[in-house]
Amino acid sequence: MPNENVLSRRGLFMKLGMLFNGVVATALAAPIVGFLLSSVTRGRANGYLSWVPLGRVNEFPEGETRLATFRNPNVMPTDGKTVDTACWVRHVQGDEFQVFAINCAHLGCPVRWFPQSGLFMCPCHGGAYYSDGARASGPPERGLFEYPYKVQDGLVTIQAGELPTPGAAIALLKDKPPCGAEKDLVSIESGKLSISSGTNALLERNKTWA
Amino acid sequence: MGLIEQIGQWFDERLQLAAPIREAAEHPVPRNTASWFYVFGSAALTVFLLQLVTGILLALIYVPSAGEAWRSLQSLNHDITLGWFIRAMHGWGSNFMIAIVLIHMVQVFLFGAYKFPRELTWIVGVFLLLMTLGMAFSGQVLRFDQDAYWGLGIGASIASRVPIVGPLTVKLMLGGPIIAGATLSRFFALHVFVIPGTLIALVGLHLLMVLKLGINEWPMPGRLVKRSTYTSEYHELTKRAGAPFVPYAIWKDLFFAGFILLAVAACALYFGPFGPTGQPDPTIIQTAPKPDYFFLWLYALLSLLPPSMETPALLIGPVLVIIGLLLLPFLSGEGEKSWCRRPIAVLTVLLIAITLGTFTHLAEFAPWSPHMNAWSGDPVPPQFLHSKTALERQGSLVFQVKQCRNCHSLGESGGQRGPALDNVAVRLTQDQLIRQVIQGGGNMPAYGKNLSPAETTALVAFLETLHPAEQAPARDYSRGVALGESPDTSSSMRSSTRP
Repeated sequence: MPNENVLSRRGLFMKLGMLFNGVVATALAAPIVGFLLSSVTRGRANGYLSWVPLGRVNEFPEGETRLATFRNPNVMPTDGKTVDTACWVRHVQGDEFQVFAINCAHLGCPVRWFPQSGLFMCPCHGGAYYSDGARASGPPERGLFEYPYKVQDGLVTIQAGELPTPGAAIALLKDKPPCGAEKDLVSIESGKLSISSGTNALLERNKTWA
Repeated sequence: MGLIEQIGQWFDERLQLAAPIREAAEHPVPRNTASWFYVFGSAALTVFLLQLVTGILLALIYVPSAGEAWRSLQSLNHDITLGWFIRAMHGWGSNFMIAIVLIHMVQVFLFGAYKFPRELTWIVGVFLLLMTLGMAFSGQVLRFDQDAYWGLGIGASIASRVPIVGPLTVKLMLGGPIIAGATLSRFFALHVFVIPGTLIALVGLHLLMVLKLGINEWPMPGRLVKRSTYTSEYHELTKRAGAPFVPYAIWKDLFFAGFILLAVAACALYFGPFGPTGQPDPTIIQTAPKPDYFFLWLYALLSLLPPSMETPALLIGPVLVIIGLLLLPFLSGEGEKSWCRRPIAVLTVLLIAITLGTFTHLAEFAPWSPHMNAWSGDPVPPQFLHSKTALERQGSLVFQVKQCRNCHSLGESGGQRGPALDNVAVRLTQDQLIRQVIQGGGNMPAYGKNLSPAETTALVAFLETLHPAEQAPARDYSRGVALGESPDTSSSMRSSTRP
């Protein structure tokens, strides 16, 4: 019967073997965790946000609120229609706009605009907002989410790319925003991968509904 | 020796499983557990196996891609032979599984089966319930339609409210910054690999413990569980007075399992598959998303909680419920098992059932949601327009055009978000009506900026006509005095309508 206090040769090898496996597992854990968290780590570096053009100023009559759609700046080949997003564009006057996210500030359902009563209404839990996006009634704790916008060369452009949620309302580019209209976009149409750039190509896809 | 027997022996010499299987099948159980109350666990297992089979069949056709999933569901429904039936079986199987798991849990709770020595069996069971709900939610996402898309948005909105890590959780859940291809792919991985794998492992553990510890005996009022004596008492019930599980008790499990499978098939045949509803295209905003049946209570709760209580209730409530369920066997691990002597247990079950039932019932007609098309679609009932002045009729137009009808019903049609206005003139005086319309309040938006004085006058004139023929409208007494009218105007009006 071997003395339990003395480490045998095989016992030492077993412990070394376990240590070896521990080291390998730790080394492998790094890329696995890195892969799993990639959607988070990229977001932290603001990799998702871009300036996206919605349409020309004259497509949004002054004093009215119109539905516009834009394509999310990050497109994966398997995204289908989910990358097209709607938003409400309110042209206050001149170069003054308000661009509201379609998502209710309560739980993200798509709000609808009723110009006659000047209200946005949510079909899910009954949230309502005034024409300037302020909370009117129902469960939302705040007004509608607003995208940052700029008007440049007669073009209404918003900073978009992330789903607005109550916990992370509208993300803002931290650094100097790139001029998004020039950002390349990868698109797949009829099975062919094409890279397009420039304002006109973007505008073609981001058709505004009058 | 027959050929089959020889083949069997050949395998058993190598596998050596026959003896342990026979031992497990014939293990003695207390005689009174051969009861129809003890069939729900095996029924849950049966439906789970059905879900595995139908799930694998669906995976032969289904494409887990945001661009293709919806169309592959359409071809399952319409192009593939009997695809609709397999989808319907899987959908109804899911509903049955949640229902049976809940019934099983209630039975186990009321029979005190979570007490010593079966605490861990209960705890594993709690995780099995959570996994089942996880399967239901992720399955709803795989039916990638409008409800799935906006349901994910609701999930993300809830997750985002977690302090500090909320926004990160959203990106982790969605697999990116928005609901898109990566979102569906990761819910596919959860629904098809991660959760079912965990479920199979936990079901194995759960069953192993049922075999090792024995099925819970029929609770007798007054027979108390004590840690020191329970094992020998149970031994007495099984070894001395028990009967072998096969065939003494199993025939009821077999009959019930067959009946449940038939019931799932009957529902699938009669009602057909669930959805898919419209395409998951976020630019189609004419949609009113609703969760599947077993999450309807949550949908109602999210509408009815006061806004300030919602986030704490959403984030703390589930944690408390899960902790409570996990702690239950440690808080009452001994003592009375019979429901006859546990009134608080019975009341708790009733209270939870009534609460969930009420919320589910409310969610079925969602009185908190505006009826988006009531203003343009619902006619003003003729009795509210008959013999009315031009101004009052103009008011009824304002009432429709300004979407009042979306939240207020007239003649039982229209929204139910606000009160029905059939008799509003009895409740509010003219001044109060004007104030309510212009300033809003009590969960009604203010319409001051969207109504011209003429429109307000017409609208209020119409609203003032909304009272029963035999009941006069509410009237501010001081107004009559100020205008020098006879104080009896309202009562004379009441008498004039009497025959």
